[in-house]
Amino acid sequence: MGLGTAGIVLPSLPAFSRTVSPEQLLEPGLDVAIKKRLADAAMNAAKSKGATYTDVRIGRYLNQYVITREDKVQNIVNTESYGVGVRVIADGCWGFAAVVDAKSEAETAKAAETAVAIARANAKLMKEPVQLAPQKGFGEVSWKAPIKRNAFEVPIKEKVDLLLGVNDAALKNGANFVNSVLFMVNEQKYFASTDGTYADQDIHRIWPIFDVTAIDPKTGKFETRNALSAPMGMGYEYLQSNPADKVTGITTRYNKGYDMLEDVTAAAKQARAKHKAKSVEAGKYDLVLDPSHLWLTIHESVGHPLELDRVLGYEANFAGTSFATLDKWKSKDFNYGSKQVNLIADKTQVGSLGAVGYDDEGVKTQKWDLVRNGTLVNYQAIRDQAHIINEDHSQGCCYADSWSSVQFQRMANVSLEAGKTPLSVANMIKDVKKGIYIIGDGSFSIDQQRYNFQFGGQLFYEIKDGQIVGMLKDVAYQSNTQEFWNSCVQVCDASDYRLGGSFFDGKGQPPQSSAVSHGSSTTRFNGVNVINTARKI
Amino acid sequence: MLTKEEAKTIIDKVLSYSKSDEMSVNLSGGRTGNIRYARNAVSTSGESVNQSLSVTSVFGKRAGTATINEFDDASLEKTVRRAEEIARLAPENPEYMPMLGPQTYLNTDPYAESTAKMDPNYRSQATFDSLDPCRKKNLVAAGYMEDNARFNAIGNTKGLSAYNRETSVEFSVTVRTADGLGSGYGTSDVTDVSKLSTKAVTEVAMGKAQASASARALEPGKYTVILEPAALVSNVDASLMVALIRSMDARSADEGRSFLSKKGGGTRLGEKLFDERVTIYSDPTNPEVPNGAFSGDGRPQEKITWIEKGVVKNMPYSRYWAEKKGVKAVPPGGNFIMEGGTQSLAEMIKGTEKGILVTRLWYIRPVDPQTLLYTGLTRDGTFYIENGQIKFPVKNFRFNESPVIMLNNLEAMGKPVRIGGNLVPPLKIRDFTFTSLSDAV
Repeated sequence: MGLGTAGIVLPSLPAFSRTVSPEQLLEPGLDVAIKKRLADAAMNAAKSKGATYTDVRIGRYLNQYVITREDKVQNIVNTESYGVGVRVIADGCWGFAAVVDAKSEAETAKAAETAVAIARANAKLMKEPVQLAPQKGFGEVSWKAPIKRNAFEVPIKEKVDLLLGVNDAALKNGANFVNSVLFMVNEQKYFASTDGTYADQDIHRIWPIFDVTAIDPKTGKFETRNALSAPMGMGYEYLQSNPADKVTGITTRYNKGYDMLEDVTAAAKQARAKHKAKSVEAGKYDLVLDPSHLWLTIHESVGHPLELDRVLGYEANFAGTSFATLDKWKSKDFNYGSKQVNLIADKTQVGSLGAVGYDDEGVKTQKWDLVRNGTLVNYQAIRDQAHIINEDHSQGCCYADSWSSVQFQRMANVSLEAGKTPLSVANMIKDVKKGIYIIGDGSFSIDQQRYNFQFGGQLFYEIKDGQIVGMLKDVAYQSNTQEFWNSCVQVCDASDYRLGGSFFDGKGQPPQSSAVSHGSSTTRFNGVNVINTARKI
Repeated sequence: MLTKEEAKTIIDKVLSYSKSDEMSVNLSGGRTGNIRYARNAVSTSGESVNQSLSVTSVFGKRAGTATINEFDDASLEKTVRRAEEIARLAPENPEYMPMLGPQTYLNTDPYAESTAKMDPNYRSQATFDSLDPCRKKNLVAAGYMEDNARFNAIGNTKGLSAYNRETSVEFSVTVRTADGLGSGYGTSDVTDVSKLSTKAVTEVAMGKAQASASARALEPGKYTVILEPAALVSNVDASLMVALIRSMDARSADEGRSFLSKKGGGTRLGEKLFDERVTIYSDPTNPEVPNGAFSGDGRPQEKITWIEKGVVKNMPYSRYWAEKKGVKAVPPGGNFIMEGGTQSLAEMIKGTEKGILVTRLWYIRPVDPQTLLYTGLTRDGTFYIENGQIKFPVKNFRFNESPVIMLNNLEAMGKPVRIGGNLVPPLKIRDFTFTSLSDAV
């Protein structure tokens, strides 16, 4: 309540996380045979109390954060959270209960009984019973993220040395201050349902970030530049620099291998250079948006409005609803964007944050079209929504951020398909008369139905008559989702395709966090409204 | 919920196991329950109970933390040994501050038995009280209620001992017309649930939903606005007033990266940066917004004025930074109270010749930390006022505005109300900057 206590602003850890030693992060979790017994006990207990469907999630969530500033390690956080969540349908209503550290069949059975009792207490508030899309059982299956080096096996010292080296490079190249952080996550998830699936999954994520600040004592102003890294569904191999993963140009950007030292060196110089950059003149510009920037615009203006729970009103009190209403989808000719715009949902993409084998209600993951040749063709749905869009199956978008949270519909990786005609960034810029080239994500805001948005960025370059002529600052663009995607005129080819993403996408009440990637190639949008954000106080 | 004495017994036992230079123990726990509904039916509901103990051991400037939620002697001692093990291997923290000794705390009790006793049936009835009037009027409700009853106790080998228990309930509801053309919002947060009427809050949202249908478009530009408290502080989003208060940290200002940094070095402490009617302070003993008597690191929370008659009077310091600067280490407040006037919102509207009434601002994000420029949008009830009356609903706007500029363009202040655990008055502001229109309802 109120302001709470201040401190380092860190994303929240999974519920019930306890601090452990780095070594404990490498200890094996429960044996899969034990997990099956715990799950069966819960399913049997729920059934005996009258549940018509039950699923059980046994989760072990491991997190390691290494946090530094300048020459100091501020914190090293190692946490583990283990427990069991049981979800049931009884009297046509969902019920959910979770139990921390449950290792006995009696505990999971009791949680199942509580879930049934909650379902029954709330059934009287339902208008119609929950309707689940049919789902076949897959038996005992497993899925592992295809990582090359488990980040938890890398000694803490190696991580600290990397970050302090990054900070040192920033300070030597013009930064006054620098913060750097490594986030590493391992989700060990077991799912069982009365449909007959027992899925054991091992998911890894990593995100190296920094921010540098350069102060000009003469003017009293400060400028910042954040990392151009992406959060990835990868192991520590993401931090192995590889020339093939570098995209050269006005500044270097990265694909599946990130050179943190090189990026921070550039960042310090660029933060310094921003002090001398020209303040943008407000007006209409053609925008050339790098994937390190465009991912966030895709996330906010495509990913969220095409979540079916938002469309239906389930998020009305918090995140909001959606302009992409069912009638627009049913018309089969709602013009979401120009013909160049193809937007894909994909829960299978290798290296992405959203990739898993099975979602949190036992549906095998898949890839499907959301917008094809500019026309809205589909949404992202889960099992209790599929019938509303006349589907006989779920698309596998169900996720809970912890064993203690109830699973609900979350965003799949949503990406812009690369252009089919060969086109490089240099050739795209060559045709722009008055434009701005934007790299990196910055400020972001969009309304509760996802019409009107405003985005900033990290680096802005002015384009005049096909040439980059210098750096700009105080840039933000405002547009409307449909207008913006209809102003899309060109998408670079697949050789420029890269992922960006959100490590901590918030939704729901109580809020849950989810990680999701968004891929694209550099893309051009014509005639977008740019404002100048400089103010005097 | 452990009592003060029960918690102290456990903490003292854990402290007796210490072999490190310094050790602190934090024991906390409680119950949280929630119910969520949408499309006029309940969607999810849950309750959980948790208790955990965290030990931080220190050797020199090396600290290590371990946590546990089992409380037998062997587990507790094992946790202390583990924290010591982690501390020995930890890098030195040059900014480490020795632990505090015994402190004197104010008497605060932000706790109500009525809230601590809430159960699934109470939540279900409270939800029915919100849903029923909406169903009867063919309106569509989506809402959320979360209740918490928690305690937190700390102790250390230097003799510090502190205990706090608190309860809270947050309720919010968004009511939409069946055709989706109108939307209204209501919210309330209380310490004592007997002071919460979900029906009354829902009726406010229903009124706004019905009145906001078929909004007209006004040109974006600078307008006089009346910002309701929910437009100034949010329970669920960033907000202009909380952003301002949270940006007052002394270290950031001294380092030259804050709106309170002074050209050429130092801070703007003592400068008049806001309208002279702006006074903001924290007070954990205020009966309307009671708060815990200590901060996370054990420092006493006292009444402290941050802004007085427009002048920056105090800034929060970390203990490390305060020592470096030779000043008192004032912790950030647990709540804040902005002084206001005596007018009700209705009276403020009556006294407005031309303006816009804003129920709520949404998706508020920083644009420029140097000037505290933020962007976001109006939501769930935006109305045009002329000659002291609400004339018609208007389409939502995007704003780009700084709370610093906003609190210089102050026209009037109403009677403060509780929002997000703070007390904030509705504010009438001139020249509030709307930069574009939104079709969102």
